[in-house]
Amino acid sequence: MRENEASAHPWMANSVADLKRRMLEAVGASSIEELFHQIPEDHRFRGELRLPPSLRSEPELKRHLVRTLSKNATCEETLSFLGAGVWQHHVPAICDTVYGRTEWLTSVFGGPSSDHGRNQAWFEFGAQLGELVDMEFVGLPVYSWGCAIGHAIRMAARMTGRRKVVLAGAMDPERLSVVRTYCEPRETATHIAIVHVPHDPRTGLVDMAALKAAVGTDVAAVYFETPGYNGMIEPRAAEIAALARAAGAETIAGCDPIALGVLAPPGSFGADIAVGPTQPLGVHMNCGGGVGGYIASRDEERYAREYPTLNVSIAPTADGKHGFGLSLFHQSSYGMREEGKDWTGNSVYMWAVANAVYMSLLGPQGFREVGGLILQRAHYAAGRLAAVRCVRVPHTTGFFKEFLVDFAGTGRTVAEINRALRDHGIFGGKDVSAEGFGPMALYCVTEIHTKDDIDRLAAALEEICR
Amino acid sequence: MTGTRPNTTLPAYHAAVWDEPVVMEMGHPGRRGLVFPQAEPGVAADVRALIPAGAARAEAPALPEMSEPEVLRHYLHLSQMTLGMMGVSLFGTCTMKYNAPVSEQVAMRPQVAETHPYQPEETLQGTLELVHGFDTILRELSGMDQFVFQAGGGADAAFTNMCVMRGYWAAKGELGRRNEIVTTIQSHPCNPATAAAAGFKVVTLMVEENGYPSIEALKAALSDRTAALVLNNPDDMGIYNPEIKEWVRLAKAAGALCFYDHANFNGVMGKIRARDLGFDACMFMLHKTFGAPKGGGGPAVGAYGCTAELAPFMPGPIVAKEGDRYTLKDGAQTVGKVREFWGNVPQVLKAYAWARAMGADGIREASDISVLANNYMDKRLSEIRGLAKSNPANAMWRMEMTRWGLGPLKEETGVGTLHVQNRMTDFGIDAYWLSHEPWVVPEPFTPEAGEMYGKEDIDLWVDVLAHVCAEAYSDPEIVKTAPHNQAIRQLDGSGLDDPARWATTWRAYRRKHAKAPAKAAE
Repeated sequence: MRENEASAHPWMANSVADLKRRMLEAVGASSIEELFHQIPEDHRFRGELRLPPSLRSEPELKRHLVRTLSKNATCEETLSFLGAGVWQHHVPAICDTVYGRTEWLTSVFGGPSSDHGRNQAWFEFGAQLGELVDMEFVGLPVYSWGCAIGHAIRMAARMTGRRKVVLAGAMDPERLSVVRTYCEPRETATHIAIVHVPHDPRTGLVDMAALKAAVGTDVAAVYFETPGYNGMIEPRAAEIAALARAAGAETIAGCDPIALGVLAPPGSFGADIAVGPTQPLGVHMNCGGGVGGYIASRDEERYAREYPTLNVSIAPTADGKHGFGLSLFHQSSYGMREEGKDWTGNSVYMWAVANAVYMSLLGPQGFREVGGLILQRAHYAAGRLAAVRCVRVPHTTGFFKEFLVDFAGTGRTVAEINRALRDHGIFGGKDVSAEGFGPMALYCVTEIHTKDDIDRLAAALEEICR
Repeated sequence: MTGTRPNTTLPAYHAAVWDEPVVMEMGHPGRRGLVFPQAEPGVAADVRALIPAGAARAEAPALPEMSEPEVLRHYLHLSQMTLGMMGVSLFGTCTMKYNAPVSEQVAMRPQVAETHPYQPEETLQGTLELVHGFDTILRELSGMDQFVFQAGGGADAAFTNMCVMRGYWAAKGELGRRNEIVTTIQSHPCNPATAAAAGFKVVTLMVEENGYPSIEALKAALSDRTAALVLNNPDDMGIYNPEIKEWVRLAKAAGALCFYDHANFNGVMGKIRARDLGFDACMFMLHKTFGAPKGGGGPAVGAYGCTAELAPFMPGPIVAKEGDRYTLKDGAQTVGKVREFWGNVPQVLKAYAWARAMGADGIREASDISVLANNYMDKRLSEIRGLAKSNPANAMWRMEMTRWGLGPLKEETGVGTLHVQNRMTDFGIDAYWLSHEPWVVPEPFTPEAGEMYGKEDIDLWVDVLAHVCAEAYSDPEIVKTAPHNQAIRQLDGSGLDDPARWATTWRAYRRKHAKAPAKAAE
């Protein structure tokens, strides 16, 4: 043992021999080992724990972590056009400052009075998101967009007593895989059948004729996204909602909240439940760890009583001020175990605080600006790439921040193109060749991509495809 | 009166009181908090023309309009009205840990924050190496063959387990028959809840005098319909079930799988290993045992580990090492995903950092200290009037936490555990954990000292509780009307389940409580 390992551990105040001795004396035990006498000897692990050497010195630990992580390349130094479920948006500095405040970063659950500030911030997440999506009931976020879809479908199944869901339009296989998990396999008695009505490849939009054929009175919900996985904005959202309503099905709409300063919110086109990602609102990509998902609906008992989430409600204090408490807690798994609504637990609640900061920072004008800037830059990019020899952009209009790029004409695979782009310091769009689109990549362009960035991408592709 | 002599002086604490308005009431029309660049010449276009007909937003969202400093100050005020771990928080079952700033610092670096999961693997070797490194650490601590970090919390790892096990039985063609999960009333609610959400029926065993269900009850519950036995051990009473190996043997004899919920791992780290006890799978909570911050409820990670037999069914991807290179792989029979991507990567890195900073000796010592500190606390709590220990018939030393009750105090004074919980916050002691539903112990509370807090902090916690219990006998109103030194007074929660009064958004609040102004500025 090295000398610094024989000393007290800096993170354990009671790792001083004298304190251990005093506590042992107080309890009347002869050794710490004696305190473990509940565990039968034949349960005990008596071997050596083969763990890597300890790094209890902070300089050593930091050096190790930083050195190891230096093997990564980042989307800061590499020009990245990756999106598809986690997107590179500008994270305002104060989102990080506020997120990192030790008071709430270390908090566990607390009480309505003692963790009042955090509870208010959570309420402000719901209050502001409610304005963006144009809905009155918002739960605390769940683990991800895919998980939010899964819960929303299960809510609709319970509400309607039906066990079939129709997914309309292009679906991200990553999210779809999560949704399948939530809908359970065929063998379970509570399985929810999934019918996927794919998009019309000519328009990139929901195939309305196919959707009409699929939606009957046995359907619990119709789910669609706008913008969709392929980036396309669905102009017939209200028509889809009406079609679902006519069949007695719920309409679940997936909407990226960063688009809602410029695009019609789900509440306005007749969605019953809105879901979507929270990462665009002030959370770093974190290698995909930044994801979170929201669930919102009209404030009607029919919906509210099916929420699996923790729900923060405003409530008065004894002296008539604003306080915040959990609404409908009893219906959660904490209250009812297996009789509760799905389940809840730790989720991404600290990111809900970052989301709240982001929304209050942007305000109505900020959301209009960021949405407009994304539209302009993404469309400029689509136009520039469409002009590259042998490269085709199937839909040069009608999308938000993502669009497909077809490399069939280059005679190369998307993987080859992306490898070549790496030599130019560029991460190309996500390779979706294996997803039924043909040899295409899904490009993501946001407010962080300047004209120079986009011109650099176009120039690199021109060189690669020469 | 209290029977215990204070070891410390109680602090004259008072929380910050900012009377902070709801953000929706703040700001002024026209104010800006963030401006975006103008689209460059050549890029600039008519935005309305870029949106398909009928798909544009008609009315701007009614968000607050604030300057950047206003936003910062507002949220700083809110953070200051959050006690969290600034005082002493012995929140049982959640294992309050030190969340080292060095880990936070490293996780904020662009090599973590500004990376995308679809980057080529060769550009994420650092992250993959650390994730794989942590996987091997958990394998050593549990004896399992493979871990995955996709689950976004402990409950999500419990759900992951249900998905893996239903995939295993489906592959064997037995899922139709093996559709029951056997668990105990002492398991965390997420276990039965995720079992039901995954399509299983739940069979719950009740505890006996000694603190755990009988072998006979278990035998009666097990059958060829049992898909899995799901347990946590030690339980939240601090009682270790000494018959656990026999339980596993019986479950295996019935053909079932066995899952170990290691929520209460802190007292047994390095002392037992789930695999050695016969379990097929287990989970750890990195935001609890492994030092990643809780954030009030995530971002969290439920690390799920299992044997090589179950590993092919895991949600993917998992990180594998091939030569000196790390790569992402999906299991051959993967059940699909429980959440997009690979999990909360920054939290996994923080857990790795914690484990490295502790080392094998530190991890064992943390368990030693946790159990010692809990029994020290038990000794002092047993001297306070009004308290009752759970399972008094079990006279053994408890593990890292003990469930206590204030039943006698409630009977004698009318002051219950919620009152005491509120009143303790007046002294900077964060609200303690009560108990999961159902309350087996009347008026429960569950302190857990852990390894971070010093003896002085534990003494302060006990002294405050003793003081509040003494108040319950001398001046019960002061306890019942608490808190008095907090950011806000006691909450009137009577409307929280009333559809006419609950409001999870500002617009619902305005509609239901018509007096509320739209915005302060209007």
